[in-house]
Amino acid sequence: MSQSKVFQDAKSALADLKSDMTLMSGGFGLCGIAENCIDAIADMDVKNLTVISNNIGNSGRGLVKVLIKDKIKKAYCSYVGGNPDLEERMLAGQIEVELVPQGTFAERIRAAGMGIRAFYTPTGYGTLIAEGKEVKEFDRPCILETALHADFAIIKAQKGDTYGNLWFKETARNFSPLMAMAAKTTVVEVEELVELGDIPAEDVHLPGVFVQRIFQGSNYKNDIEFLKLEGQQ
Amino acid sequence: MSWDKNMMADKVIGLFTDHCSVNLGIGLPTLIAERIPSSKGIMIHSENGVLGVSGRPTKETVSPTLINAGKETIAVGDGASYFDSSLSFGMIRGGHIDFCVLGGMQADAKGNLANWMIPGHKVTGMGGAMDLVNGAKTVIIMMTHFSKNGDPKILDVCDLPLTGKEVVDIIVTDLGMFKPHDGKIEIIELAEGIDKTDLKMDTILK
Repeated sequence: MSQSKVFQDAKSALADLKSDMTLMSGGFGLCGIAENCIDAIADMDVKNLTVISNNIGNSGRGLVKVLIKDKIKKAYCSYVGGNPDLEERMLAGQIEVELVPQGTFAERIRAAGMGIRAFYTPTGYGTLIAEGKEVKEFDRPCILETALHADFAIIKAQKGDTYGNLWFKETARNFSPLMAMAAKTTVVEVEELVELGDIPAEDVHLPGVFVQRIFQGSNYKNDIEFLKLEGQQ
Repeated sequence: MSWDKNMMADKVIGLFTDHCSVNLGIGLPTLIAERIPSSKGIMIHSENGVLGVSGRPTKETVSPTLINAGKETIAVGDGASYFDSSLSFGMIRGGHIDFCVLGGMQADAKGNLANWMIPGHKVTGMGGAMDLVNGAKTVIIMMTHFSKNGDPKILDVCDLPLTGKEVVDIIVTDLGMFKPHDGKIEIIELAEGIDKTDLKMDTILK
């Protein structure tokens, strides 16, 4: 490591993100999204981004902030329900959306990070998803799916050390470790930036070798989409 | 008299074996989580990365980073674990999840399921449904028997885009429990007072 991975903030860590690049964005719904990075990109002078994210934000929040500034040319995602801003642009043909079954989506990203070029899966066989894809019969018919790479990944972790070793809280992990592996440059924002050794080696969820940049985030909203408490409904 | 939502949920729960793993889809199936008796020792999986869901949190324990695939806040019980999306879908695709329960727009006599889009009208996306129907050992569909227009949702052949081909094992509706078998629909059970003719699927009944 010739240079420190630690950056000041989202703006400095994303300074070389350019138009026409491919961007992965971690999180499931609004859970575990890189809030500081998303806000920074919404204010940057970039356009024609290809975005790979399970949900392109929701109800005006998350990546919707980037979407409504018409910075996204193409999106890969598994779910668009509850996102009227995206559905509207999709039906009007203003954005190209490739819907990918969620498990295939995760595995295509993981494959990129693991050096696997493509894989066969039964998911999607006999559906619109299989159109134009090679089908091969194993114990049952499977379709060929290829790896998904990116120029940048923006992810959030609860804790990270200065080498980029990460620890995620509860279900906030989701796609983030996979995206960190699949992108050329992975930018991580954390709620707690800690020193080397503060995360015990056994508790590292993602080794820092997959992380290029890390910064201490701020002003987290950690929005809840659907609050359900015991005794309700 | 047709079954209400809770009775439908209980019929589905009756199919679960003790100590099995279960994935519950968005919509009607979420009711099931709150009605499973703890004595069954069932582990509930949610594909966003948790095994061991146990109902809802309190005001004191609620956490924005602890949600299910419907993005609702949840609680977990002893023995729970968290993992990334790839491992989560590996559990599904690898055949380690015993049952999945999904909602449906249409299902048919061949065991096909459609539940992710209405062309030109509504697109929600498939989320994890395509992986679940191809990976879970037993696929249960829980849905109302008729659409809002009054059309039966169990058909000879689905006309909406498919979620999975020949994947459905059991269908539970408000009128009964059914099984696609040899291109026909077998009746496993009817709700009390419901007659075959009420089902409006005469031509496909076994």
